[in-house]
Amino acid sequence: MTAIVLDQVDEKKRRFLIVATSAASAVAAGGVAVPFLGSWFPSARALAAGAPVEVDVSKIESGQQITVEWRGKPVWVMRRTPEMLAQLEKNDALLADPQSGSSKQPDYVKGAARSIKPEVFVAVGVCTHLGCSPTLKKEVGAASDMGTDWPGGYYCPCHNSRFDLAARVFKGSPAPTNLEIPPHRYLSDARIIVGEDQKG
Amino acid sequence: MAVTNKPPVTGAGPFNGVLTWFDQRFPLMVLWRTQLTEYYAPKNFNVWYFFGSLAALVLVIQIVSGIFLTMNYKPSAEHAFASVEYIMRDVPGGWIIRYIHSTGASAFFIVVYLHMARGLMYGSYRKPRELTWIFGVLIYLCLMAEAFFGYLLPWGQMSFWGAQVIINLFATIPIIGEDLSVWIRGDYNVSDATLNRFFALHVIAIPMALLGLVAAHLMALHETGSNNPDGIEIYENLDPKTGTPVDGIPFHPYYTVKDLVGVAVFLIVFCAIVFFSPEVGGYFLEYNNFIPADPLTTPTHIAPVWYFTPFYAMLRAIPSFFNMQVWGVIVMGAAVMIFFAMPWLDRGRTKSIRYRGPIYRAFFAVFVVTFVILGYLGVEPTNVWGEFPKGIPVVGGDYIATWVARVLTAVYFAFFLLMPWYTARDKEKPVPQRLT
Repeated sequence: MTAIVLDQVDEKKRRFLIVATSAASAVAAGGVAVPFLGSWFPSARALAAGAPVEVDVSKIESGQQITVEWRGKPVWVMRRTPEMLAQLEKNDALLADPQSGSSKQPDYVKGAARSIKPEVFVAVGVCTHLGCSPTLKKEVGAASDMGTDWPGGYYCPCHNSRFDLAARVFKGSPAPTNLEIPPHRYLSDARIIVGEDQKG
Repeated sequence: MAVTNKPPVTGAGPFNGVLTWFDQRFPLMVLWRTQLTEYYAPKNFNVWYFFGSLAALVLVIQIVSGIFLTMNYKPSAEHAFASVEYIMRDVPGGWIIRYIHSTGASAFFIVVYLHMARGLMYGSYRKPRELTWIFGVLIYLCLMAEAFFGYLLPWGQMSFWGAQVIINLFATIPIIGEDLSVWIRGDYNVSDATLNRFFALHVIAIPMALLGLVAAHLMALHETGSNNPDGIEIYENLDPKTGTPVDGIPFHPYYTVKDLVGVAVFLIVFCAIVFFSPEVGGYFLEYNNFIPADPLTTPTHIAPVWYFTPFYAMLRAIPSFFNMQVWGVIVMGAAVMIFFAMPWLDRGRTKSIRYRGPIYRAFFAVFVVTFVILGYLGVEPTNVWGEFPKGIPVVGGDYIATWVARVLTAVYFAFFLLMPWYTARDKEKPVPQRLT
């Protein structure tokens, strides 16, 4: 047996072994972290709950709005009056993104109305600012409690974002883009399904 | 060390025997002496020095009341709100345990804000106490996280929408933001999964980190010794005979007894709130939180609890630029993080505000007023002070409060960012040799 002689310790080798062991441990720690961090992603059950929702639109009166739940979020379905649709065309100068160029919406909703059928409006009722649900302020002018020149629309109580009745954001709001239009299609004249794209 | 090498403990009467037994197996007497009876603290601590020990007291109150709340609370979206009401109505003494916990949350921030103000006033963050300060800011961050996670648990309207807004702050980060916010929630919306993980973080992860940081905070403090209202190092003036600071007194019994007076006064106020006005007009417990969480309807006015409102007012005041709204989040984050830089921003030659010059004093006074007004604006809706008349250039038609908040945000940052300049130029007074 040879005795360990302290002053003959190979410092270079020691340093290499320390670095190698630390690096290997760091890789192992990173690997162990994967399942733990991964467990924070939506579970299979949460993913399954994102299923499409069917809505009967025939019972909605003109000027009335209903809210349905899709993926835990409020989805508005509104039947707009001809006056409301006419007003939408006049809002362009007040809007931040009138053509919805930088906003999230399917290809098949176009123009000022942002809907498949002009009168039936479907939108995710979640503010693009920080996720509150805006309130419907459909009256025009002073009756809306939103000022005398209010053209009708939605108002987010959290940070005062304002949208028109096609959920297009007005200039000067903290929300950066128009509200999202979810994928949806008509099953028949009376029924739509939210969460599935229109084919073709 | 052999058991018999240590001298037996004396002076504890009938307990000498049992203490000796412990001391020979555990550094009992060494800790007692170095941390208490022979830990010399400056003799001139004033009323501002109560808040450190009070923060420790509130931590204990929160841990004990929190443990008992978990015995009846159910962390599920379906049962959480009802289980809190069950605690309030059906569990014997449940109401008082919950009110102690909810009042404790606000009390924690009151004493911590006063404790931080003390540190700022007397320069307690300056060399050699930078690490004590940094551990303290980390404790403050943990406290904010703890308060935020805990606020979701009652699953009321404010719980839900407050969490919704704060988690969506992360969604504003370009590119990864959307996925990051889904990862934090564990769902596309704040849901049962979110509640459950927040519960885990609130009752185990953050409290453990908090206890570790408190230990580190105290160890760093006891390594350098405490600062004092004069900002003089007492260990630089030792009694040649005893080797102890001439301006120091042992922490125990002098400051333990003094702190007990603070504890008594604090508990009188604390109990008065718990017994007579636990909601404190909607500031400690917001009225909207007595309505169960409804993912489809946002309450008409949402605001965080008072202790977050200065930062919330900044967030709300910053507009979006270049089609991105991450700026407000960056400003809010920077407003908290900038406290870490304090030891290196301050170039003053004196520590305490007592000997600082007029420029620092003016900046400090404006900073405190700014913080309070921002806190007020964060509680109120943005239209609280009305709008500027239309036609005024730039601000016409905008809310007055929004612009006030913008100006005050600039003032808040000016206090920190201009500090290297104004502290170095200030006309300071001579610092005395001994404590006053």
